[in-house]
Amino acid sequence: MKRGLRLPLEVFAVGLAFLFGMLVLLVAGYPPLQALFALFRGAFGTRNALGQTLTQATPILFTSLAFLLGFRSGIFNIGVEGQFLVGAFVAALSGIFIRGLSFPVHALLALFLGGLGGAIYALFPALLKVYLGAHEVITTMMLSYVALYLTSYFVNYPLKAPGWVAQTELVASSARLPRILPPTQLSLAFPIAIGFAFLVFWFLERTVPGFSIKAVGMNPEASESRGIPVRKYQVLAFVLSGFIAGIGGGGEILGVHGRFVDGFSPGYGWDGIAVSLVGRLHPLGCIFASVLFGMLRAGGMVMTRVTKVPLDLSLIIQALVILFVAAPFFIRYLGGLLRRRRML
Amino acid sequence: MIALAVRGLTKRFGDIVANDHIDLDVAQGEIHGLLGENGAGKSVLSSCIYGLYRPDSGRIFLWGKEVHITSPFDAIRLGIGMVHQHLMLVPHLSVWENIVLGREPRRGIQVDRKKVLRDIEKLFEETGFQLDLSEEIANLPVGVRQQVEILKVLFRGADILILDEPTAVLTPQEVDQLLATLRRLKAQGKTIIFISHKLKEVFALCDRVTVLRRGKKVGTLPIGEATPEILAEMMVGRRVFFEFPKERVEKGGVLLTLREVSTNPPGVPLKGISFDVRSGEILGIAGVEGNGQSELVEVLVGLRRPKGGAVLFQGKDITHSSPKERIRLGIAHVPEDRHRLGVILDFSIWENLVLGFETEPPFRKGWITLNLQAIRSFARQKIREFEITVPHENVPLRTLSGGNQQKVVVARELAFEPSLLVACQPTRGLDVAATEYLRNLLLAARRKGKAVLLISADLDEIRALSDRVLVMYEGKIVGELAPESDEYQFGLLMGGKGFDEAGVASSS
Ligand SMILES: Nc1ncnc2c1ncn2[C@@H]1O[C@H](COP(=O)(O)OP(=O)(O)O)[C@@H](O)[C@H]1O
Ligand SMILES: [Mg+2]
Repeated sequence: MKRGLRLPLEVFAVGLAFLFGMLVLLVAGYPPLQALFALFRGAFGTRNALGQTLTQATPILFTSLAFLLGFRSGIFNIGVEGQFLVGAFVAALSGIFIRGLSFPVHALLALFLGGLGGAIYALFPALLKVYLGAHEVITTMMLSYVALYLTSYFVNYPLKAPGWVAQTELVASSARLPRILPPTQLSLAFPIAIGFAFLVFWFLERTVPGFSIKAVGMNPEASESRGIPVRKYQVLAFVLSGFIAGIGGGGEILGVHGRFVDGFSPGYGWDGIAVSLVGRLHPLGCIFASVLFGMLRAGGMVMTRVTKVPLDLSLIIQALVILFVAAPFFIRYLGGLLRRRRML
Repeated sequence: MIALAVRGLTKRFGDIVANDHIDLDVAQGEIHGLLGENGAGKSVLSSCIYGLYRPDSGRIFLWGKEVHITSPFDAIRLGIGMVHQHLMLVPHLSVWENIVLGREPRRGIQVDRKKVLRDIEKLFEETGFQLDLSEEIANLPVGVRQQVEILKVLFRGADILILDEPTAVLTPQEVDQLLATLRRLKAQGKTIIFISHKLKEVFALCDRVTVLRRGKKVGTLPIGEATPEILAEMMVGRRVFFEFPKERVEKGGVLLTLREVSTNPPGVPLKGISFDVRSGEILGIAGVEGNGQSELVEVLVGLRRPKGGAVLFQGKDITHSSPKERIRLGIAHVPEDRHRLGVILDFSIWENLVLGFETEPPFRKGWITLNLQAIRSFARQKIREFEITVPHENVPLRTLSGGNQQKVVVARELAFEPSLLVACQPTRGLDVAATEYLRNLLLAARRKGKAVLLISADLDEIRALSDRVLVMYEGKIVGELAPESDEYQFGLLMGGKGFDEAGVASSS
């Protein structure tokens, strides 16, 4: 009803999470204000800090958008991590092995192929769900581990570059996404991610498939009876979800690392799930939520250096944010779904 | 003797005056009907009496003495019991456990089971209930659950029972049972306040009736002085027509043909259904619910594959066409369960109005973009045309009353001049004004030369609107009757007794 009240309410919940976090610090015997200050300075205080924050925000913005798109069609794609890794791997290979292309073309092609990899990797669980009824939570989770170990195998053995580290060769420089805030690692992947947030927003609110995906997600039976092909749109949403996750993985490789490094993702795909809930399953909400999470990651490291507060604190705040913002929303959302089921 | 008297009771919620200086007298041993359209304030009034809400002003007298009821505990102590619109039982406890819940006679800390069962047996003897006490609530049909709810209230010693729209969730048979139960309780000397917006039930049961409209009391009448016309006018505030004058409409050619359609479970299997529907006619399908009507509709709109037989529309075989193709051909569907099949509750009005048409120009422009301007102006036009009461087209459908939700469905289904309208229980759960409005829409569709297939469990509705009536029983069409045929004949067919062998049971 009073829509204007909604944003401050979320901000309030985030504030509450910080407050609780500081309370934890106080109890643990650290100076809370100093730590908080260090955290903010480490996240936004300098050009470097800002670059770090946004660099950290980039992959989780992609993965949160990916999760959101599936979720809106009623699909619980918790295997975003797997599609992210496959996308990263394919983009790395395209960067390494495709030769003779010049900069924007090569980079964009590699990025696109990464997305395609993620999309195809999402197509399996989509088809398994739609035609065999295999629940996507199980299949996507398992496929995530398959992706993790398979890529790890490749960079440890057949594709390993000489040296101590399990990683591939560097991609061609024509495939790199340029840095946009030197000397930080922030790359073109960030504005691309923001662009995707708006694209997803436009897609969901302004297009026929977006409309159909939302309809299918909210009431598949009514959609079916109104002539909307439910399976087709679930597969589409799943595949688009995988595509965005794949682009995210590609962006991380081509923008930050320049090569596929074993274990480069600390679980960006999993973070995306939480971030997309904190962003209220709204594409533009995801921008704010992912910057918040990026800030906690980047600022947390600085805080640890300056105040000796363990890094865990920023993880605690992250958890509190999830608890205060995402959990109540998620529970209400699920409650709504269940209530609807029972009414059937 | 006046058991319960209410004087000048007022209850506000913000700007809404839900009850505006209500006076009410309920005599001992009577069944007093409380009648009113949805939102008239019936539930609020009974909740005030039961202590769930505190009235802003007004007084309540019990047996001539003023009482101050501040909670349901007070009400129960004073002998007032309430059965809510939504049943409030614990599904995984047994019948007797639910009956005694919160009032268990104890021996030490243990429930004195023997005494409980003895007490309930005694209650059964007094009130004539017969139930298996050890059955789990979850396994019981709604009608029986409601009996448990009534028993629970009686067990707590209620002399005055308030039942808030008890029939809303019941099948016709269960309604009959409930009415019989209430008559029995009245014979025991209980005083009953029976809330409803259905005239028929009020006439069948009540001694006197009080009508509320928009929070105000319109009046109280002995039932002998009331007619459906009078009560409906009191409820709605203007004359309501129960007779639907059917003009003669020239019937056109055959539009829809079913030939020996049969289906497999799940659901009631259809067994060789054949019939024709012509343009300009309303064909009624009567029958007790659960005799294959839902399955028949699913076959017609493309949600269920038949096992055998054919469906022809305008001479074209559509047996295996998708729902979308059928919509495009001009088959419209007002589903029985609108929350499940008809609308998306979390979508806005405009999204629901365009649902299923979003792929067609002018709502789509270019390859995939929605033409929001065209859609919104279409929605606004439909809201005006169908008198849907909403602030604007952006509010979620969930916030609308049942009648307005149904209008959204019908507005959408009739938007593009379909040639066949399949209408299932189109007025179920709607109040008098919305019911009248929708029935008139069906007649208007017929007048325009459309065919209407009307499936309804409400025999009065079927007979008032249809040109011909088919009766369904256990997945078969067991006969055709003219709507003027008497109720007894319908009853026989609906009970599965064949036409030619009336009186001889043709089925188990
Ligand atoms: N708890 C509440 N808060 C605000 N408004 C309410 C509440 N309960 C009922 N109302 C409003 O009071 C009016 C009467 O409602 P109610 O008594 O439930 O109608 P009915 O006659 O259908 O039972 C309606 O306009 C309803 O919206
Ligand atoms: Mg009510």
